[in-house]
Amino acid sequence: MRSALTPLEIIRPKTLAEALAQVDPAGKNGASPLAVPLAGGTDLYVYLNAGTLDAQRFVDLWSVRELRGIRTIGEATRLGATTTMSQIREHPVLARRYPALAAAAAEVGGRQIQNRATIAGNIANASPAGDSLPALLAYDAIVQTRSARGGRTLPFESFYRGYRQLALAPGELIVAVDLPPPAARATHFFRKVGTRRAQSISKVVFAGLLRLDRDGLVEQVRLAYGSMAPVPLRARAAEEALLDEKLTAPAVARALAALERDLSPIDDIRSDREYRRIVAGNLLEQFLRIAAKRK
Amino acid sequence: MSDVTLRFTVNGKAHRVRVPPMKRLLDVLRDECKLTGTKEGCGEGECGACTVLIDGRSVNSCLVPAVQADGAKILTVEGLAKDGRLTPLQRLFVEGGGAQCGICTPGMLVSAHELLTRMKGKVPSENEVREALAGNLCRCTGYQKIVDAVRAAARGGRSS
Repeated sequence: MRSALTPLEIIRPKTLAEALAQVDPAGKNGASPLAVPLAGGTDLYVYLNAGTLDAQRFVDLWSVRELRGIRTIGEATRLGATTTMSQIREHPVLARRYPALAAAAAEVGGRQIQNRATIAGNIANASPAGDSLPALLAYDAIVQTRSARGGRTLPFESFYRGYRQLALAPGELIVAVDLPPPAARATHFFRKVGTRRAQSISKVVFAGLLRLDRDGLVEQVRLAYGSMAPVPLRARAAEEALLDEKLTAPAVARALAALERDLSPIDDIRSDREYRRIVAGNLLEQFLRIAAKRK
Repeated sequence: MSDVTLRFTVNGKAHRVRVPPMKRLLDVLRDECKLTGTKEGCGEGECGACTVLIDGRSVNSCLVPAVQADGAKILTVEGLAKDGRLTPLQRLFVEGGGAQCGICTPGMLVSAHELLTRMKGKVPSENEVREALAGNLCRCTGYQKIVDAVRAAARGGRSS
């Protein structure tokens, strides 16, 4: 049943400091229930409309200026927490430097969702099927957090402690996502597989980054999957199998065998374990075929 | 929480409403503004029947809290036609069978309008139209007539 929206309270801070005060357990709002962060609302209102979220107080981050915008800092890039998927897909520098992330942003829901869904929201919602998350893993993204007591820097790879368990302390908000400079001459790849080409929740989502050295040996490789485990994750065994190898048929076969050890897909409403396992391997094979052609 | 006063324009007309702050924009448009062209389909951001533009960008109005519309310029399907005259896009939907049962039509038109505005006079490819309308579901037309109507509108109202 739908939640009654009439009694819900929302605070609209103008600054990050005001927003942090609303979520600070030690602050003067600490006694009343802490406010739940709300930005684009594309996940949160689904829960409200379905009646599965019983929070009463919200803090609106959408209009906090400090959380907005894309900045390039030298060769690195900082995405403000409330950067939307549309802003990511339309940004010319991002499309060139981080094409797998731009591609992911272009496939999150339809345009209506992309215009509202934020990068930090995709992270904080913590769905294993979140489309941008494998791309963030492939680019070694760093999460910047802030609380009333200061800031922290966390590798995105260690941001989930388990299924929908965030490494955020009470009172902490995600304020930005940093993308380190991407490897030059690398092959970037993103593909999601769902029931429909567009607007579907992924059965399998994959992002890859691979660089060959002058001799055609794999110098750097990052393989990241969503919907294949309780959290989005790097396929470390498959990466290990490829490192310092040429992309020959036997090396690809070894990587595919190693991939089985990385992933733990489940049967659920959207797909089953066997289908996911096969598609995950097919996506890796497709990616490696494309990467091998680049020289 | 007590109601809040919000000011915004819908289809160029200024509105001032007093509503619960977390009320959905969809319901504010239908209840307070009496603009019932915008429909509720799924209520979870999948079907696009409730699509409106906020400051030129399409949103699912079933997922937007009313407070976030404060100060915004909103466009709903009622804002497309001027003085009772349909736009070429609307006319081509009617003439080409792009509208059947009508539930998805307001959202389809608003999303298509966003696309045509973004294209600045260029004719979108069939794929571009399909991608732009991916967030709008139709259970009647099979989509082809909708895609054809949008492309025809982009060509300046000529239907082929």
